[in-house]
Order: sequence, then structure tokens, then C-alpha cells
Amino acid sequence: MSTTNPTHDLACTALSKSFGSVQAVDNVSFDIPPGSFFSILGPSGCGKTTLMRMIAGFENPDHGDIQIKGRSVIRIPPNKRNVKMVFQHLALFPMMNVYDNIAYGLRCVGASRKEIDQKIADVLERVALPDVAKREIHQLSGGQKQRIAIARCMVLNPDVLLLDEPLGALDLKLREAMKIELKLLQHQFNTTFVYITHDQSEALVMSDNVAVMNEGRFEQIGTPQALYHHPASAFVAGFVGDSNRWTGKVIDAGNNNVRLSCDAGFDAQSHTTDTITLSRGDNATVYVRPEHIQVDTQVNADNNNQTDATNALTGHIDSLLFNGANSRVLVRDKAGELIEADVTLTGSSHDPKPGDLVRLSWRSEQALCF
Amino acid sequence: MAGSRAKDAKKLALILLFTPFALWITLLILLPHVGMMVLSLKEKVAPRVYEYGFDNYINFAQEPIYWNTLLRTGSVSLLVTLLALLIGFPVAYYIAKIAGNRTKGALFLLCLIPLWVSDLIRAFGWILLLRETGVISSALQASGLIDTPIEFLYNDATVIMGLVYTVVLFMIVPLVSTLDGMDNEMIEAGYNLGGNGFTVLRRIIIPYAMPGIVAGCIVVFMLSAGSYLTPILLGGKNSSWFTEQIYDQFISRYNWESGAAFGFVLLVFTSLVVWLGLKLSGQTLSSTVAKS
Repeated sequence: MSTTNPTHDLACTALSKSFGSVQAVDNVSFDIPPGSFFSILGPSGCGKTTLMRMIAGFENPDHGDIQIKGRSVIRIPPNKRNVKMVFQHLALFPMMNVYDNIAYGLRCVGASRKEIDQKIADVLERVALPDVAKREIHQLSGGQKQRIAIARCMVLNPDVLLLDEPLGALDLKLREAMKIELKLLQHQFNTTFVYITHDQSEALVMSDNVAVMNEGRFEQIGTPQALYHHPASAFVAGFVGDSNRWTGKVIDAGNNNVRLSCDAGFDAQSHTTDTITLSRGDNATVYVRPEHIQVDTQVNADNNNQTDATNALTGHIDSLLFNGANSRVLVRDKAGELIEADVTLTGSSHDPKPGDLVRLSWRSEQALCF
Repeated sequence: MAGSRAKDAKKLALILLFTPFALWITLLILLPHVGMMVLSLKEKVAPRVYEYGFDNYINFAQEPIYWNTLLRTGSVSLLVTLLALLIGFPVAYYIAKIAGNRTKGALFLLCLIPLWVSDLIRAFGWILLLRETGVISSALQASGLIDTPIEFLYNDATVIMGLVYTVVLFMIVPLVSTLDGMDNEMIEAGYNLGGNGFTVLRRIIIPYAMPGIVAGCIVVFMLSAGSYLTPILLGGKNSSWFTEQIYDQFISRYNWESGAAFGFVLLVFTSLVVWLGLKLSGQTLSSTVAKS
């Protein structure tokens, strides 16, 4: 047993697990500093649930090591690991009331009655539900159940709390509220939360660090800002946030700049990351976020009135997706493809309307090519 | 107009759907029982001369062999219920929680197969195996383990075994359906929060399965206490099962009045045991047998 790095609450090294011929988790390594909110973001079936179940001890990894507070837990059964889990459907025990649900774990470790009473009152206070101890589970609302499920784990002072998409079953409004609340709870308890989700907005809003997972591998680990603005791979660029994408052939490359002849019939200038090496003739895809595309309604028929933008297209607005401050237009270009671009709608008569001819432009540093 | 017509149609549908049930209850359950009740309160004072009174019940209470048989039937049935639960629970747990989706159906079907053969044939099957010249006795003799043939029939153990065998299925079915409804997450949460296998079983699985356990126990106890064929065929004259007393009163002694009274005593007795069981386990009929 190595005790190398006690500065990490949770560290996984070269973790692998396969089911038959399916490689569910493939050589995953990461470590999480104490007291941080870490998310694992990936599409369903990417192996994130398997990864979490290995940390909790319900699955055994084929290779690799899991360390909690610097101690390997590979041979420790799930009920002896100080890792608690909030399950997808919460798994509150319906035949017990709130008090007994929270007391269950304390009784398992043999706490005294007085201690149990004290700790339950304490933890219910912290999740802001001081008066529900005697209630039955079915009398709680969705958000309250959520908080009780967290309280049931936190009362045991875990080193790491795992959360398996616990917001999935809630309706949209509650989900938005719970995102903020979870983040606040994590701050309050100052415990490491590992949150797995397929919902990028949950991951981006709550996390200190996010790992993007795809087909059993970690594509990138970084802060939400880093993932969003500097995706390391095409998968991350496409999965995190919205993007317009064009495929094409590289006609010129060098110095982190690429010129692409797009299949849609225009040339695009884009930058690229250090890790990607593209050369002339390669197939590549360029990603541009909707908020980076500038929409101009004043278009003269022939000119490309020069802005600092290096990329420009014209097209007609196909439809307007009104959503207050986050409104968006769908523009159909000459090739007939739809391009998404964010617009600010002021409610005046100058707002773009469906059918308008518009010019879309973006700078090459705002485009990313893989 | 249209509204009232729709209402009428709904009413008609309700009546049509309810009729078979109502007929079944009144003609086959209610009427015979009322008849039996009346019969049990009659006493013969002279040929074809009857008076109403509680003599049949008093007779029952005064004759120790009757109520001893009843108590014996009750306690053996409780033992059968307990054994069926102990055997049925692991089987049900395996079917509901451990077996894969495809094997689950096959196993459940296998459990039902004994029902395709009549009670009588199955009892004779046991006799074929257990009698003095039966398969087991002969096999043991042939292997040299015993010198003289052994009679396995006509003792309590055989009766209990035969009853458990007949009723265990009715324990498994409600247990499987309750355990099936239990999310695996619940069990994993039990371990995750620090419970060992025993704690998870005692604090989570059994409380969760309680409605199924109670439903199964009620059905099994009723079936066992009311069974006739198995105790008679496997227990012979020694079985002294209460249903045998009822049969005797009706058929051998041709004392229908007393037989009817015995029938009611059995009904009240088993109902009392079930009520007591529900009270002790803190369950209600609506949360167990009639669970939607």
C-alpha cells in the first residue's frame, strides 16, 4: 500500500475495467484536491457510472489503484470505505422515516443514542430542514428528498461524497435551484464532491474541475472555463457547449493557424492547439461557438465591408429562437446548411427577422480546428 | 343528454363487470356459509326434530380431543408457514435479485410447474417414494445402509414436509413480486452507508419485503390449516388434522350440525391467528394481501 500523496482526497491511477469485450473504463487517472467539487461529464454509456461504482467499491477494477486520503482502498469492501454515495434515484429507505434514514449509517458504526440525536439535529440544520425528522419519506418534496439523501451521507463525515446524477429526476425549475444549492452545500461541508452527469450545464455551473469522459477515457480535465474556451479535443469542443462545425480539407497550416477549404463551399481561417498537428491535405473540422459569430443586418449586396473578422458568410435568417437574453438565429447559408448565432434582441424594429439577409463573421482566434 | 347517456353506459359497464363477482360471492361463499351457520346452530333432539342452540359448540369445547386437534393443526400450520418462509425467501431473493432477466422468467415458470399436477397425484408421488416398499427405503436397503425396510410415511415430519412442499410456492410468488419492486440501489445504499450483509438483510431487505412476507404467510397458513389431502395421505390415522374431524362429522357420523359447527370453529380460529399475526407484525390487510 503506498501512501504517496495525502494532499489528495481521491486519487485514481491507471484504472481499467471491462465487461466482456466492452472496455467500460480505460486507463483513467486523476486526482482531486481536498474540498473541491469535481464533475465527471460524459454521454450515457461512456463509463462514468462504472468509474463511480469502482470508487464506491461495487465493482472491482481490472487494473489500477484507487486511493482515498492517500490509502489504497482496492481490497476494502464497500461498507468499510469512507466514501458515501447519493444514488441516482436517491435510494432513501421508504419503510423508515427521515430520522431512521439518517440514523441508519450512524447505527451501523455503533454510535450512541445521544450522539445520533445530536448529529441528526445538526445535519438537518445544515441542510436547512430542521423540522422533518419525524416525517415519512413519501411526505417529502423532490428537493427535500435530495437534501435528506445528502444529509444521510454527510452525517457520516465521508472523505469523498459521490453523486450519481441525482438531479436527473427533478423538474427543470427545481434542477436549476438544486444546482446552486448543491454548490453551496459543498462549500458548507467542505467535503470533496464527485459528481457524475451527462448534463454539461450542471457540470459547468457547479464544478471546480470537470473531467470530460468518452468511451471509457478522460478526454480532458480542467476548469469549466478551460474546457469551454480551450477544449483539448474535438469531442470536448463538440460536447461542451454549443458549436457550429464545418468539415473540410486543410489547405494551409502552420504556426497554430489553419486554413481550411470547407465542404460547405467557403474557406475558413482558424487557430488550433499545440497538441494537434494538422498538415496540408488533412481532413479537419472547425468549431465556432454561436456567441462568437457576429450578425450584421446591414449588408450591401456586393461588398464584404472590411471588419477585423477573418471569416465571413452571408445567408438568410431561417428562424429566430427567442429566449430573452439568450436569443439565437438560425441562418441558412448558400450551401443550405443552418448556422447558429447568438443575437441581442432589443425589441426594436432593427431586430433581425426571418428572411433577412445577414452577414456572419468571426475572427480566426475564435474558431478552433481539430 | 349526451352526458347522462355516457353516465348510464358507465353504470351499465360497472354492473356487467360486477355481476360475476357478486354472483360468485353470494352463491358460492355467502349462501353456503349462511346455510352452514344455521345448520351449526341446530341440534337434534329426536329424529327429524331440531332445536336451535349452541350445543354443537359446547360439545366441541367439552371434548379435549377436538380442541387439541385444532390447536395441533394450528401450531403445525404455523411451523409449516415458518419453514415455507425460510425456504421460500432465499429462492424468491435469488429469482428477484440475483438471476438475470431471462433466467428469472424461466425460474418462475419452474416454480409453477408443480401446480400443473393435481394435489392428489403429488401426494401419491410422495407415498411412492416414502412407503415401506418405496423407492427410498429400497434404495437404502440395496446400498446396505439399512437391513430392514423403513416406513417413512405416517409421521409428523412427513406431514410437515409434504405440506411445506405443497404451499411453499404460495410463499415464493408474493415474495418475488415484492422483492422485484425493490431497487438494487436500496441494497447498495445499505452497504454504502456502512452496513454489513446481516444489517442490510435485517434493516433493509426484510422490512422492505414485509408486505410480501405477511401476504405469503397468510396464504400459506390458511392453505395449510385448511388442507385435507396431504395430512390424510401422508399422515394416515396419526395425523389428527382438524379437517379430518370435520370430514368425520359430516361423512362417517353423518352429524352435519356438528360438522358445520367445527367448520365455523376452524374459520374463526384461523382468522384469529391471522389477525394476531398482522397485529404483531404491525401490518394491515390493505398493505399486504390487497397491495396494489
